[in-house]
Amino acid sequence: MSSDRSDGSGIVFWQGNEVVAEAAIAAGCRFYAGYPITPSSEIAHVMAERLPQVGGKFIQMEDEIASMGAIIGASLTGVKSMTATSGPGFSLKMENIGYAYMAEVPCVIVNVMRGGPSTGLPTAIGQSDVQQARWGTHGDHPTIALAPAFHREIYLSTIKAFNLSEKYRIPVMLMLDEVLAHMSEGMRVPEPSDYHLVDRVKPSVTPEEYFPYDTRFGDVPPMASYFEGFRFHVTGLNHTKTGFPTTNPDICQSEEERMIRKVMKDADALAEYESYLLDDAEIAIYAFGSTARGARGAVDEARKQGIKVGLFRAITLWPFPDKAIYALAKRVKAFVVPEVNLGQMIQEVERAAHRDMPIVGVNKVGGIPIPPSEILSKIKEVAKNG
Amino acid sequence: MSNRYEARFSAVGGQGVLLAGQVLASAGQKYEGRYSIQTPTYTAQVRGGPTKVDVILDDEPIMYPETTAINFFLSLAQGSYNAFLHDLRSDAIVVVDPNLVTKINPKYKTYQVPVIEITKAKIGKMIMSAVMALGIMIELTGAVSKEAIEKALIDAAPKGTEELNLKALHLGYEEATRLKQGG
Amino acid sequence: MAKAAIDYLYYLRADKLPHMWCPGCGIGIVVKAMIGAIDDLGWDKNDIAVISGIGCTSRAPGYLDMNTLHTTHGRALTFATGVKMAQSTKHVIVISGDGDATAIGGNHFIHACRRNIDITEIIVNNNIYGMTGGQFSPTTPYGAKAATTPYGNIDPSFDLVELAKGAGATYVARASVDNGRMMQKLLRDGMEHHGFSVIEVLANCHTQFGRRNKMSDAVTMIDWIANRVVAKAKADKMTLEELEGKVITGLMYQNKERPEYTDEYDKLIERVQAKTSAKAGSGK
Repeated sequence: MSSDRSDGSGIVFWQGNEVVAEAAIAAGCRFYAGYPITPSSEIAHVMAERLPQVGGKFIQMEDEIASMGAIIGASLTGVKSMTATSGPGFSLKMENIGYAYMAEVPCVIVNVMRGGPSTGLPTAIGQSDVQQARWGTHGDHPTIALAPAFHREIYLSTIKAFNLSEKYRIPVMLMLDEVLAHMSEGMRVPEPSDYHLVDRVKPSVTPEEYFPYDTRFGDVPPMASYFEGFRFHVTGLNHTKTGFPTTNPDICQSEEERMIRKVMKDADALAEYESYLLDDAEIAIYAFGSTARGARGAVDEARKQGIKVGLFRAITLWPFPDKAIYALAKRVKAFVVPEVNLGQMIQEVERAAHRDMPIVGVNKVGGIPIPPSEILSKIKEVAKNG
Repeated sequence: MSNRYEARFSAVGGQGVLLAGQVLASAGQKYEGRYSIQTPTYTAQVRGGPTKVDVILDDEPIMYPETTAINFFLSLAQGSYNAFLHDLRSDAIVVVDPNLVTKINPKYKTYQVPVIEITKAKIGKMIMSAVMALGIMIELTGAVSKEAIEKALIDAAPKGTEELNLKALHLGYEEATRLKQGG
Repeated sequence: MAKAAIDYLYYLRADKLPHMWCPGCGIGIVVKAMIGAIDDLGWDKNDIAVISGIGCTSRAPGYLDMNTLHTTHGRALTFATGVKMAQSTKHVIVISGDGDATAIGGNHFIHACRRNIDITEIIVNNNIYGMTGGQFSPTTPYGAKAATTPYGNIDPSFDLVELAKGAGATYVARASVDNGRMMQKLLRDGMEHHGFSVIEVLANCHTQFGRRNKMSDAVTMIDWIANRVVAKAKADKMTLEELEGKVITGLMYQNKERPEYTDEYDKLIERVQAKTSAKAGSGK
């Protein structure tokens, strides 16, 4: 069934932000809390329109912190929940994002990246929140962050973000950028047969036998909802399997390790990426989001000029695809890493490559995307020096 | 084989060019099976200021989503002409309204059509200027077929205004035909 | 009519006792009154969520055998708003301290009042940050000593009743720990009220506030409170001079006419869905 907002032809011309909102509805999101911020506001606009149509609830909260708190509250009652933000709003949400990690509450946070630190460039592209997505909130925690590059992929990645949050009981980040968010790319809306939906595992035991962090059932404990008779306690303090605070060093250690392990043991499977012309490549480009689209144009042009270059297009930013990059680093002579920041994911490429080889960035932070021509120049430079 | 086509419609806020961009993109995608991307100036930053919409059409999936070699450029205001006359191919076709754009760059082949005046006189609604300009563009460039653009225009037109929109589009065809004949 | 004695243990997580509050702390009195109010209303404990932020008061939910949520500092109302929006037929109670609710949580507080969402917020006002070590709060009296006002407090303080009223809460009351019976009645009525209810409870923190202000034991501090409060009915008959230095307790304001937020949203859903299905029916 196509959405209410399509014209029946099956082809829509939604902005990236609208794609996220429609996909969230399809994923079963029934609660959204947000605060106006450019360039992500259109997600809230569509959710405000669409949620009541499907019996869901939308609320514009008094600030970003409140929006993040509200989606955690709603999720604890069993309702799939989302918020969206940009720039300073992402910083403000970090406190309660940390709470969602600690209390293991599924939810989705969309960050439409804009330029600059602080207020920066509100209406222009940035890709400079990618390390913040990983480490923005205090303390240790795993991170799942997706960065799709095409509208149909944005749709499917939004659904995947919900699925992973439910599967792992974890907040999941969907990282777009201003270019993707505001452009309208004609697309055919995925049908329900094109994806599957995941719901959190509910307890199979009685309320008397239930503990909210009971690892007898694996590293991701089954999750009851409020008001279903389980009457459990949730806190952001380090806690035991009962959900009640503890300062016992052994329990704090083992529980924090479990919370990382529950995601990282599946790190390889979680690392989604697209390889383009990498088989015989001597130079590999690592790119994500809208920058990866320009990088692909640069690869095509370089190939025409006889340079053996390919593209590793990351769709999962976190967990970082360590193994795949390590394997690639053994085959290629150099990496080129274009990103709309001053060098963030390149640090991960360097770490994962674990080799003494040229790994060079193409970095722009002026609020404009990186054109293929600039990536091409860097490829040629690297090819010449190599 | 890539057959990328890039168009930019620019004006000052409220002249309807965003709708023209939307119609062009959907004509290509829905009725010719091509791929399209349209990127409007972000509305939060335009309230009466220079505004534009970029449309990219291609037979293959579009990778780089920004315009880099524009085939067609329309401007209905000097401010938007000055602001957005960049990234044009050397053989780009430019259409301007000479009543509003008086200083033009001689580097580009430029057609001067008093779009607003003609629309006002023959349609009665200034908002249709962009549709007329779209007609001029289609006749001059053949970026998409007339059949496709007309279907897409009917889809996008508010109910009850379909005929008027088509009339404005045809007015554009006629004006462009006259221009071509006149050399 | 004689009522059966309240089975407090039924509402408590007995295995979490003894509690972590100082001997003589006023928070225990508040928890007792809460239980009494809930028992009187006959609410099913499965249908109640008790939500808190950070601080001594915010440890209360842990002792209650209900759906309990101990959130981040100042943010209890934001989580509570999500819970209530998602499950509007359930009962949501927030319990906060003065610093938690009105300093770091001040913005959330005024906006919950404004929305008139059906949540009951109990603010245990002991005029100090207890857990973090006795720093002054937005309700610390002028001139009082605190860890961060070693020379006396120069910050003006909030009147929580006026703040709640001004921001749009539709049930506003003030109770005090020296009068548990009155507190229970006000909590009960606040919980029953359909809209945003604020009950400020004047409480003692002899450990952090009293110790620095010549009231270092619970009895002295509770006496200090008892000597300052005047019940609303009595206060209405007193002159301004007589009321100087007094604090009025009781139901301070109630408005049953203003629409409640989740009701409004439910009506919105109904309206939108009627329109959507009419549109679908017309074959458009």
